[in-house]
Amino acid sequence: MSTTDTVIPAPGRGGPRRGKRGRAPWEEPGSLAGRLGKGGVIAVVLLLVIFPLYAILLTSLSDSRTVNAAGGLVLVPDGISFDAYRQIFSDTVVSRAIMVSTGVTLFGTLFSVALSVLGAYSLSRPGSFLHKPMLFSVLLMFVFFPGIIPTYLLVSSLGMKDTYLSLILPSAISAFNVVVLRAFFMNIPRELLDSARIDGAGEFRILWRIVLPLSKAVTAVVALFYAVGYWNAWFNAMLYIDDSAKWPLALILREYVVNAASLPAGTAGVAGYGHSVPPTLAIKMAIVMVAVLPALLIYPFVQRHFTKGVIIGAIKG
Amino acid sequence: MSVSARPEVRPAERAEPAGTAPQPDTWRTRLRRDWPLLVMGLPMVITVTAFWWLPTLGNVIAFQDYNPYSGGIFGSPILGFTNFQLLFSDPQFIRAVTNTLGITAFQLVFYFPVPIALALLLNSIMSPRLRALVQGVVYLPHFFSWVLVVAIFQQMLGGAGLLAQTLRQHGYQGIDVMTNSDTFLLLVTSQTVWKDAGWGSIIFLAALSTIDPNLYEASAVDGAGRWRRMWHITLPGLRPVIVLLLILRLGDALNIGFEQFMLQRYAVGSQVSEVFDTFAYFSGLKTGDLAYGAAAGLFKGLVGLVLIVAANRVAHALGERGVYSKS
Repeated sequence: MSTTDTVIPAPGRGGPRRGKRGRAPWEEPGSLAGRLGKGGVIAVVLLLVIFPLYAILLTSLSDSRTVNAAGGLVLVPDGISFDAYRQIFSDTVVSRAIMVSTGVTLFGTLFSVALSVLGAYSLSRPGSFLHKPMLFSVLLMFVFFPGIIPTYLLVSSLGMKDTYLSLILPSAISAFNVVVLRAFFMNIPRELLDSARIDGAGEFRILWRIVLPLSKAVTAVVALFYAVGYWNAWFNAMLYIDDSAKWPLALILREYVVNAASLPAGTAGVAGYGHSVPPTLAIKMAIVMVAVLPALLIYPFVQRHFTKGVIIGAIKG
Repeated sequence: MSVSARPEVRPAERAEPAGTAPQPDTWRTRLRRDWPLLVMGLPMVITVTAFWWLPTLGNVIAFQDYNPYSGGIFGSPILGFTNFQLLFSDPQFIRAVTNTLGITAFQLVFYFPVPIALALLLNSIMSPRLRALVQGVVYLPHFFSWVLVVAIFQQMLGGAGLLAQTLRQHGYQGIDVMTNSDTFLLLVTSQTVWKDAGWGSIIFLAALSTIDPNLYEASAVDGAGRWRRMWHITLPGLRPVIVLLLILRLGDALNIGFEQFMLQRYAVGSQVSEVFDTFAYFSGLKTGDLAYGAAAGLFKGLVGLVLIVAANRVAHALGERGVYSKS
């Protein structure tokens, strides 16, 4: 049991690929009905993802009059208003949660990526000292889960409850990400590393100057996975953070959007500021948009690496 | 010991006492050579050991009459298998088991083929631009949290959501899919499809791109139409990946996502939404019987271990590579 093979080698880039440049000469053109049907299916698939996001975005950008007129989610734009966003960013509960989530995501991702890259590099040399036990300690994470209760007991006995560390440390290492990095590092030509070593470079310098620059894409994807994990994490916060002042955005989202709890008095969403107060629905949808936004922003930059075949790791999860 | 024999030997090592005959590295020389690697791996190994393997040992409380205040993990009286006996006669636990297996089985039929179909659809799009666009859009929901997915479904299909609102405006009765326990299975499956089917299609797309295009051309020349080509070339080409993923999914049968069920438990009730993990959480942390919750968690962990190992055996027997491989 030496390697985990969740990483499928990248499909050959140079090989001829059907459909890359239109129809092959031997391929019959589709019938009109077939083409229309396919176009229809594609349109439905696209709409299933885009339409909810569109309705939510539009509602978050509407004022109370428009939302009331629509009787719920707004589908036809009628004036743009940033009131809901102004409210949640001036409101301490939501804006603080955004700060917490941002901080945890930034520090957590840095910590996780650093540990994983260093660890994956140290595991990329079979036959090195203590290689097997170290590798096993990571690989066995795939086959056994310790369970919620013992982890909870450990974290609370370490005094980490109600600290941000409890949102980072228990989920800091994903075995999957380490294995992905390691597989990539092991594919780097041995001669390259040896020549650097002969020139007197130490392991840290080799990692920093040779291995990492060659692995930018895979490191970016792994960083995205970690960052998305931290930003979305909800269960750890529910377990370990009792103090609602330290809640991350995901918990706020559950509380006020999914469970429809009312926001604390005197903050956003409570009527009484005059006629321009946006409706709660707009505020809810603005919170949803804020939670979606980071993924939407970073995603286009990292997405092309998925298709490059850096990681075909859809097996787990 | 020469550089040519062992490429990884560093120049510094040539400074060792001259005249020693070539022999396998002792742990001392390996330590001297590899200590930087050790230092690099240590933070990760420490973190994993502390937050994964230490709690694994903590599962001993499942065999104790655990009391966190008076005895703790080292002082609580040993019970043996009492917690497990209680577990197997607990109707709520039985419900968690049957629900988990039921949901897994349902999703095997109604979720599993969706990424394959989606991959076939994506692969059939001729324009590279359009294909990249569709791929980008369908991968996206994978990066949303379950909280977001549930919130979005609620806004679309819930009692105050878009569907109910539209129905009411046209004089029909509004429906609330989110709190209907009869259709819960359908609901969670469609949520899973919405969130992960796009992402799941990546691996099938990769498999499709490895099919030799000459096969298609040859069969087209021989007169096979597009459906026959799909049946005789595309699907056989995908078979190894399908078999592998199917086996892995079976090995992972007890893991069906925890947050999704936690989040919707209040809306539909525990009758239909109780799964292994929610049971461990509620019986352990909510009612305070930590040992009982740990027993449920440990049972799940052990059964999961057996399933994964068995699934890998099957994969290897079929000549596939599993989650891990022996070598």
